[in-house]
Amino acid sequence: MKLLTYLVAAVALVTGPSVASRSLISGVDGAAAMAGQPPAPPNRIISLIPPMTETLFAVGAGPQVIAVGSFDNYPPEVEKLQRVGALLDPDVERILSLRPDLVVVYESQTDLRAQLQRAHIPMYVYRHAGLADITTTIRDVGTRVGRAAAATQLAQNIEQRIAAVRKRVAGLPRPSTLVVFEREPLTLRGIYASGGIGFINDMVTAAGGANAFADVKREAVQATTELVLARRPAVIIELRATVAPGEDTRREVATWNALSTLPAVQQGRVYLFSDQRMSIAGPRVGEVVEILGRTIHPEAFAPGH
Amino acid sequence: MTPAPLGGRLLKTLPWFAVLAIAAIVGGPLIGSTHISLRRAFDPAIPFADNVDAQIFFVARLPRTLAGALVGSMLACAGVVFQGLLRNPLATPFTLGVSAGAALGAMLAITFGWSFAWIGIPAAPAASFIGSLAAVAVVYALARARHGGMSTNVLLLAGVTMNAFFSALILFVQYFADFAQTYRILRWLMGDLDVSSYQPLVTALPLVVISFAVFAWLARPLNLLSLGTDNAATHGLDVTRAQRAAFISASLATGAAVSVGGPVGFIGIIVPHLVRLMVGSDHRVVLPASALFGAAFLIGCDVVARTAISPVELPVGVITALIGGPFFLWLLVRKS
Repeated sequence: MKLLTYLVAAVALVTGPSVASRSLISGVDGAAAMAGQPPAPPNRIISLIPPMTETLFAVGAGPQVIAVGSFDNYPPEVEKLQRVGALLDPDVERILSLRPDLVVVYESQTDLRAQLQRAHIPMYVYRHAGLADITTTIRDVGTRVGRAAAATQLAQNIEQRIAAVRKRVAGLPRPSTLVVFEREPLTLRGIYASGGIGFINDMVTAAGGANAFADVKREAVQATTELVLARRPAVIIELRATVAPGEDTRREVATWNALSTLPAVQQGRVYLFSDQRMSIAGPRVGEVVEILGRTIHPEAFAPGH
Repeated sequence: MTPAPLGGRLLKTLPWFAVLAIAAIVGGPLIGSTHISLRRAFDPAIPFADNVDAQIFFVARLPRTLAGALVGSMLACAGVVFQGLLRNPLATPFTLGVSAGAALGAMLAITFGWSFAWIGIPAAPAASFIGSLAAVAVVYALARARHGGMSTNVLLLAGVTMNAFFSALILFVQYFADFAQTYRILRWLMGDLDVSSYQPLVTALPLVVISFAVFAWLARPLNLLSLGTDNAATHGLDVTRAQRAAFISASLATGAAVSVGGPVGFIGIIVPHLVRLMVGSDHRVVLPASALFGAAFLIGCDVVARTAISPVELPVGVITALIGGPFFLWLLVRKS
């Protein structure tokens, strides 16, 4: 048996991230499962993915995390942890030297995954998907790190929170909503908006809006001036992870006045959120859906409603 | 062999190029990813603030078409001038480091989130223009330091080296950029003409006028330079002055074009060669013809870019390369 593992490892080394190495990972993962007992929860976790880092801390696995990615900054506890690169530039040497027993990676990090497989380091492979997948992932990763009960609780809270918003906005007219992630400052150039798939599109739908680009089945759409004018959004929501130095929110919102035929501009319904939560598909999505609901349907959240 | 008189040749060729350019400028705004009613767009009874068709026409399409015309003609002319100055058919407006300097400037603005507006120009275009000027200044200083005048060899080597050096700096700065910024930088590097207002065009206009004035004067000196610098000097040309004028005007034009539309590739090499294949190599014909044809060509490419897979758009640089490359090869083969 041991010889076989060595052989497979040798083949994997020669052929790189190929079929052989893929069977190796299922071997590593499958070993404990075959023995019929759950694997011991990992104690040296490295997470390179911000929403997953947040999830680990939210389910109480924070003390098991030993290092995070360069862009992780929530919760504040991560500031004390080591940084080991990020999506495009993972520091493989440092990751290996920390002897992790679980590394949370993104699906597209194929090189890193191949290297971790060769080193027999277990992985949790993550990929962004829809809003519903977020709670599934929370339960899944919670079980994996031995925090199943806390994860279930967290997932239920999020689902209840989202369901409450859905209930409030049910039956209300759905205004066409443009969600902008990116744009050149002080001009309407280089607009990137949410397309019809992905968790941001799902959050807008849950909050009672109709995504202006729901028919474009992509996560992000480069929206030209013409497209924005033609789609006539009634609400424009701009999401920014951080505020740029010297940025004047009021002036940025006023930039949209150039497109004065837009119902959103005519009715003063252009909103700019400098809020990191908004673009992280993690445990705070419940709060975000609530914020979006209040923004799109303030009447549904008015006291006495 | 005596060539036909210049006036006759200009009359025989330029009107066709002018018709092409005007057709592109008039036709460009009529085509788009959405359908608009022209009657509504030009109906003065509907207030502009409520006229969607008019806003699509005047805020989205027309500035974009004009940006295409401006960027296309500037890059095409800059290509002609650089090829003449360096006496190298492979020279492009980006050979001497102008675009790399511009890219570094834009990159710094995007990465460090500068959102100031400098005399009404947003940070990224302003920084890209300053970056291109810095690159030009360095290359120019180097080319002058070696010789009393300007050595085109040193110019070429300095330009290529600066390109490599700036590219290294770009990668270094990229290290500090987050995802969204990296994506924006990538898109900026592909070129984009959706200017969404007339402001960038108005700001670039003084540079356009100056560059074109110098280009008009340059046509004869470039013809002489094509005989070699010694030959040109015996014909009474102040070679250094002509080279300096060519270098500075073409660099300014490139910097202005890049700050409006990003580094749109291929225009500066394909258009001049296409035009030469059609009208010969006299710069007095090639320069105005390239200006007109460059405008028409880039507008045409942009129409394809924004309609090919609508509602999503391709970067116009992809189209210039995809259309320009094979067309150029076809013309080469047909000619021989």
